[in-house]
Amino acid sequence: MGKYMHLPRWMKKIPQRMIVYIFLIMASVLILIPIVILLFGSVKTTGQMYSHPYSIPNPPYWDNIRSILRTPSFWNMLRNSLVVMIATTLGTVGICSLTAFVFARLQFRGKNFFYNLFTIGLMFPINVAILPVYFVLRQIEQTGIPMINTLWGVILVQIAFQLSGNIMILKGFFTAVPSELQDAAYMDGCSHFNFFWRIMLPLVKPSLTAVGSLVMIASWNDLLVPLVILNSNQLWTLPLGTMQFQGQYGQDLALISAFVALSAIPTIIFYFIAEKQIVSGLTAGAVKG
Amino acid sequence: MQLPLFTHNKSHTRKKNKKDQRSKDRLVIILFLLPALTLFFLFVIYPIFRSIYYSMFDWKGFGPAVDFIGLGNYKKILNDAVFLKSIKNVLLIITLSLSLQLPIALILAVLVGRDLPGRSFFRTVFFLPYVLSEVNTGIMWMLLYNPDPERGFLNSILVLIGLQPVTWLADMNVVIYAVFITLTWKYFGFHMMLYLTGFQNIPREIEEAARIDGANAVQNFFRITLPLLSSTIKTSVYMSVLGSIQQFVLIWVMTRGGPVNASETMATYMYRFGFVRFQLGYGAAVAIIMFILCMIFSLFYQALTRKPDYLSGL
Repeated sequence: MGKYMHLPRWMKKIPQRMIVYIFLIMASVLILIPIVILLFGSVKTTGQMYSHPYSIPNPPYWDNIRSILRTPSFWNMLRNSLVVMIATTLGTVGICSLTAFVFARLQFRGKNFFYNLFTIGLMFPINVAILPVYFVLRQIEQTGIPMINTLWGVILVQIAFQLSGNIMILKGFFTAVPSELQDAAYMDGCSHFNFFWRIMLPLVKPSLTAVGSLVMIASWNDLLVPLVILNSNQLWTLPLGTMQFQGQYGQDLALISAFVALSAIPTIIFYFIAEKQIVSGLTAGAVKG
Repeated sequence: MQLPLFTHNKSHTRKKNKKDQRSKDRLVIILFLLPALTLFFLFVIYPIFRSIYYSMFDWKGFGPAVDFIGLGNYKKILNDAVFLKSIKNVLLIITLSLSLQLPIALILAVLVGRDLPGRSFFRTVFFLPYVLSEVNTGIMWMLLYNPDPERGFLNSILVLIGLQPVTWLADMNVVIYAVFITLTWKYFGFHMMLYLTGFQNIPREIEEAARIDGANAVQNFFRITLPLLSSTIKTSVYMSVLGSIQQFVLIWVMTRGGPVNASETMATYMYRFGFVRFQLGYGAAVAIIMFILCMIFSLFYQALTRKPDYLSGL
């Protein structure tokens, strides 16, 4: 008891806390350095970027940003990225919740077989599958349905490779809804679709936004699928455009920084707004299911 | 007399209703599953078989595949020094991830802990790189790795503390480590976030009780926190290994697998043969080899650790 008389516990913790803070602040600085250097570089002249690459730009030089914002191709890429992201997200969330609902709530023969089938998708990620998928796209193209060099093709492939993981995550959430609710609803003559649409979906809405915000980020950041499917620069998405831009203006570090900053800033803003949803979607997928 | 008739009637209509209900159920199930199954078969399952087929041909993509060579492509791949180098690089990335990246993530998760004032700030900062695209990350780090000490941040620091500058991405012996530093920067936050969630599932009372029984912080961590976190760690190891096997975009943006294949991974190797040299049959065989490796690892790991946590309770 005498031990506690000298110092209250929170005061005893102070030196320990100081060390923890010093470590964490050092780690934060290491994490932020690349981002800050890039953001500084985006408002420098090329000359400044060469002579003082990591000083604070004073005064900021906005011409690079302005000239990129004035090119129609930037806005075109932004639009393409938005179209793909929105369609992929709506498609994935819609299709996965239908499927997950069936796996979580309805009984039928072959259920386990189909469910296990979807787990194959986890072992066949898009980075491995891209060439096989390209074969099939070419084959579909030969039947007269355009796939290559269409945003549509990118959207369908992105959705297909989001299915496995998200069906499992959502199935977990649907299973967690108490079954008494289902019995009561069916007793009152509710159909499967109405039960799904009017009762289940509103109940799992937080999970749907969590899954949706993760899909949004994955689609927005995706390079590989657009890189393989899209040839015409009219259809390029932002990551694809960024990579080509880097190849073209590789020497002009200030201009590159401005371009990368402009394409990264929407992601960063979205992250600050939706951090909670993103994190809960991610940890639900990985920890709980 | 009426009673049996009545029950008979009732059971008859019930049976009929049940039959109606069943076919209705079946229709709903089919309609609900159809979109997912269609996309999944078309873009995931069917491509696997298509690739197995093409992998047995010497096919450059013009016209139909006719030069059947059996397992020739596979033999060639497994004897190609560049492919072996790419496997070595993947193994190196896996080893470094498990021995450095995940422990760093765990240490930071412990430091951020559960009730440190300001923890949400650190959490936000540490997770930020994960949401940036790999393209942007790659270009950002190319600026830092600029070999000229006047321009590249890392070399300017090396020079400042009196060391020789390093030509990071152009040095065959350094490049894979440089790539690994970038990978760690981008992905440690993901693993840290898993561990933080894992901590939240550990009841505080257990640690409290251990402390009262005289366990110090270190004992508490190794004897209580770590074992209780084991299922989260298993998941994180699984994701890290699977992610390393398929590493592509960051490396393609930063080095294209170079210099002289020094940072080649299996995925960059496949991309090069499939989409740059257009040796589609050969590329297909690489894809199948990667798929088999992912599958062997997944099944082996699941058997070894029961299910990875991320598949359990589903």
